[in-house]
Amino acid sequence: MKILVCMKQVPQKDAPLKLNETGTWIREDVSYEVNEPDAYALEEALRQKEKHGGEVVVITAGPARSQQVLREGLAKGADSAIHLEDPGFVGLDAFNTAKAFAAAIKEENFDLIFTGLQSDDYGYAQTGVVLAEIMGWPHATIIMQIDKQDGGIKVKRELEAGFFQHVDMPLPAVLTIQSGINKLRYATLIGIKQAKNKPLRKVTMDEVRSSLGDNMQKIEKLYIPQKTKKTEMLTGSPAEIAKQLVEKLKNEVRVL
Amino acid sequence: MATAAIPKTKIIGGSFLIEDRTTAEVFTPEDFTDEHRQIAQTTEEFARNEIVPNIEKIEHKDWQVTRDLLKKAAELGLATVDIPEEYGGADMDKISSCIIADRIAVSGSFSVSFGGHVGIGTLPIVYFGTKEQKAKYLPKLASGDWIAAYALSENTSASDAMNARTKAVLSKDGKHWVLNGEKMWITNAHFADVFIVFAKVDGEKFSAFIVEKDFPGFSVGAEEKKMGIRGSSTAPLILNDCQVPAENLLGEIGKGHVIAFNSLNIGRFKLGAGVVGGARNALTNAISYAKERKAWGKSISDFGLIKEKLANMAIGVYVGEALAYRTVGMIETILADIDKNAPDASTQIRKGIEEYAVECSILKVWGSEMIDSVVDEVVQIYGGYGFVEEYPAERSYRDARVNRIFEGTNEINRMIITGWLMKRAMSGQLALMPAIKQLMDEVLAGPSMGEPLEGPLAAERTIIANAKKAGLMVSGVAMQKYMMGQQDQQEIMGAMANMIIEAYAMESAVLRTQKLIENKGEAACETAIAMTRAYISGSVDKVESEAKRVLAACAEGDMLRTQMAILRRLFKYEPINSISARQHVADRVIEAGKYVF
Ligand SMILES: Cc1cc2nc3c(=O)[nH]c(=O)nc-3n(C[C@H](O)[C@H](O)[C@H](O)COP(=O)(O)OP(=O)(O)OC[C@H]3O[C@@H](n4cnc5c(N)ncnc54)[C@H](O)[C@@H]3O)c2cc1C
Ligand SMILES: Cc1cc2nc3c(=O)[nH]c(=O)nc-3n(C[C@H](O)[C@H](O)[C@H](O)COP(=O)(O)OP(=O)(O)OC[C@H]3O[C@@H](n4cnc5c(N)ncnc54)[C@H](O)[C@@H]3O)c2cc1C
Repeated sequence: MKILVCMKQVPQKDAPLKLNETGTWIREDVSYEVNEPDAYALEEALRQKEKHGGEVVVITAGPARSQQVLREGLAKGADSAIHLEDPGFVGLDAFNTAKAFAAAIKEENFDLIFTGLQSDDYGYAQTGVVLAEIMGWPHATIIMQIDKQDGGIKVKRELEAGFFQHVDMPLPAVLTIQSGINKLRYATLIGIKQAKNKPLRKVTMDEVRSSLGDNMQKIEKLYIPQKTKKTEMLTGSPAEIAKQLVEKLKNEVRVL
Repeated sequence: MATAAIPKTKIIGGSFLIEDRTTAEVFTPEDFTDEHRQIAQTTEEFARNEIVPNIEKIEHKDWQVTRDLLKKAAELGLATVDIPEEYGGADMDKISSCIIADRIAVSGSFSVSFGGHVGIGTLPIVYFGTKEQKAKYLPKLASGDWIAAYALSENTSASDAMNARTKAVLSKDGKHWVLNGEKMWITNAHFADVFIVFAKVDGEKFSAFIVEKDFPGFSVGAEEKKMGIRGSSTAPLILNDCQVPAENLLGEIGKGHVIAFNSLNIGRFKLGAGVVGGARNALTNAISYAKERKAWGKSISDFGLIKEKLANMAIGVYVGEALAYRTVGMIETILADIDKNAPDASTQIRKGIEEYAVECSILKVWGSEMIDSVVDEVVQIYGGYGFVEEYPAERSYRDARVNRIFEGTNEINRMIITGWLMKRAMSGQLALMPAIKQLMDEVLAGPSMGEPLEGPLAAERTIIANAKKAGLMVSGVAMQKYMMGQQDQQEIMGAMANMIIEAYAMESAVLRTQKLIENKGEAACETAIAMTRAYISGSVDKVESEAKRVLAACAEGDMLRTQMAILRRLFKYEPINSISARQHVADRVIEAGKYVF
């Protein structure tokens, strides 16, 4: 099987975030890491390749710094990488990102495309689904398990309230992968060393621009929620406290 | 993306005292390649996911846990960077090796076991082994199936290891060396498979041997009950007519000291990197505790005296990184040019590392003292909870202490720093004598101090230039007074070492920050600048007080007054507001919840 894994570079989970000047996104000077579900998607792809043979290709869209996630993918065992390299890719909505990916891979024949369930930054959970639509392929979301069988795959999806759904699907297909479904491997030093010599194809914005349209979604304003709750400690003897409390429930909160 | 960032200029060891370096000539953590960053990431993940959850077991001397972790580290390549690929190693640069020692440091015990194995245990075979010895031992060590150890010390000789009593005699049939004696303080003793043992052939010629744990006559004594790093094994080796095959002599007869000292050089820069990592880890714990702990209705991280501590720790890590990676960068510049397939490749590599004996000793002394002050303040931040075993502060406090004792005590390393520089000066390898003479002429000529420096950190660079001058002047005075007898004046040698150590540390910090400013602009480097300034303001005080100490010991009366006048001129500068600089640094680390530079 030939599998494409979409990997996104997102701000590190515990990084202190600052808003940019226009208040529409965060400032660039933070640390980045691989979007968490994408790491599981990569691991799943590598496991499928180990079981059934084939090839794993990683793809990302973003500025030069985002090449780091591809390097990580290659170091862990992906065979090659595609980098849609331009700072402009950061501002695309899910629809345009999917279109850009579709344009970048139109010459290739994948059996499966994995994306993470959603990204840790925008959290749209749309890119994979839209990509399937553009490719004209079936898709399934929140995937926990993938088993290859004759003529297709059988996948396990996570539903609400502890329910799971098992679906038979034909190939090719797009799957969005849930976090935590496998144990991530480390990039070994040999892997890191070998990654340098693996093919990495760069795609410029110009090469895909004709496939893109206007963003259908726009971030108007981003803000850090103001702390509004205030705790007040009542002091005094129990009787006094009880009195104050009743007072407040009556006059301030007006529930009595 | 960053690649090929290793500086090109080959630098003479010890020359930092008399030459100025440009930022392009120094390697800094900001120059890590993508590969280096990935290695750092793998190491951090390994430390977090594999070591940290096992710390309790490690501390209870569950050797199997440590062995399993070493094996896993070997599989990932973390334990094999220094082993050539043909023997199953990952074979990467010394910067990677340093990064691993740094980022793996989340448990003092494990770091010491790891260092004993990958560093001083394995490297003697890498650098001095014959083809056969390498083929026999390195693949097993690279896979982690076997663990190595290094046995130099004895109960009566460790600092002066050349006085070893362990004896090796060739058997009559010439097939075996028969070793008798006892080695002491041997790291990994209770679970290692192969030991580099030093012994004197016929009681005279100091030599090294590869000894397997199953050789007849080999046994391990009782485990030491230690203050810290209790999860590392430390025990004596007993060699009772121990039979070592003739081919297991390592290197040449009578050349054991070359092996011993070179291994320690490498051990020292790895220790230097390890303590920086350990301090960073301790700082992270302290920040999160200080943010959580409430007193007087606030987080204690809001108090100035606690902020000051956090800032000092962050500064220690920042300067430590600058020192460690600058040093390893110089080593790598030399090693990068060596053809690994050349017949004398190992000799060249060793020579390359030996070139920076002084810098490695500085890193070791400075780093081990830095981490000790960090863990001490971490205990303080934890208050009563720093004094009990339930919290990590107490363990890190105990664990850090040994770093000032092993790999050459800090006293021995201070003697190496000054002594080695004097030796190089005398032999003319380092143009120290002309520099001293020129300086003496210059200062005696009067107060012309040359053109003022310009650009970022100009004041700090001036302070460093003058501190170096003070160092040269003091050296000149001491040499005149004691001539070669100076070797016996340990207090003076020690004070000079302290000045040299601080000069190298200050300069490394400034060069790192200058390079950052060149790449990112001054505005983006506010915290780095604050750390550098705050460090230098404290460091230069130390240099000045050491200089006074030496001068007062070497001269009196008018002579001393004249020298003091010169000194005052050299140390004339306006103090910076180091309180606000530290507040700024503390606010940054508190906001981020960790060391972020
Ligand atoms: C936990 C641990 C692990 C160790 N692991 C190993 C190992 O794996 N392999 C190994 O071979 N060794 C190992 N050692 C031994 C270690 O290297 C020695 O303890 C160290 O070199 C100091 O030697 P010593 O204990 O004999 O102290 P001494 O040499 O007796 O020193 C005592 C004091 O005197 C000072 N001193 C000694 N000579 C001089 C001098 N000329 N001038 C001024 N001061 C001097 C020292 O600085 C020190 O302060 C280990 C030690 C410990 C504690
Ligand atoms: C072995 C031992 C025996 C003890 N015996 C007794 C005993 O017999 N009886 C008893 O009553 N108590 C006892 N104590 C408790 C001891 O007095 C407290 O541990 C000590 O007062 C520190 O308080 P803390 O541990 O809560 O630290 P914290 O108050 O949490 O302090 C943590 C850190 O914050 C700093 N800090 C706190 N407030 C401020 C501030 N306003 N400004 C700046 N910095 C601040 C502290 O200096 C410290 O560095 C004992 C403790 C130990 C370890």
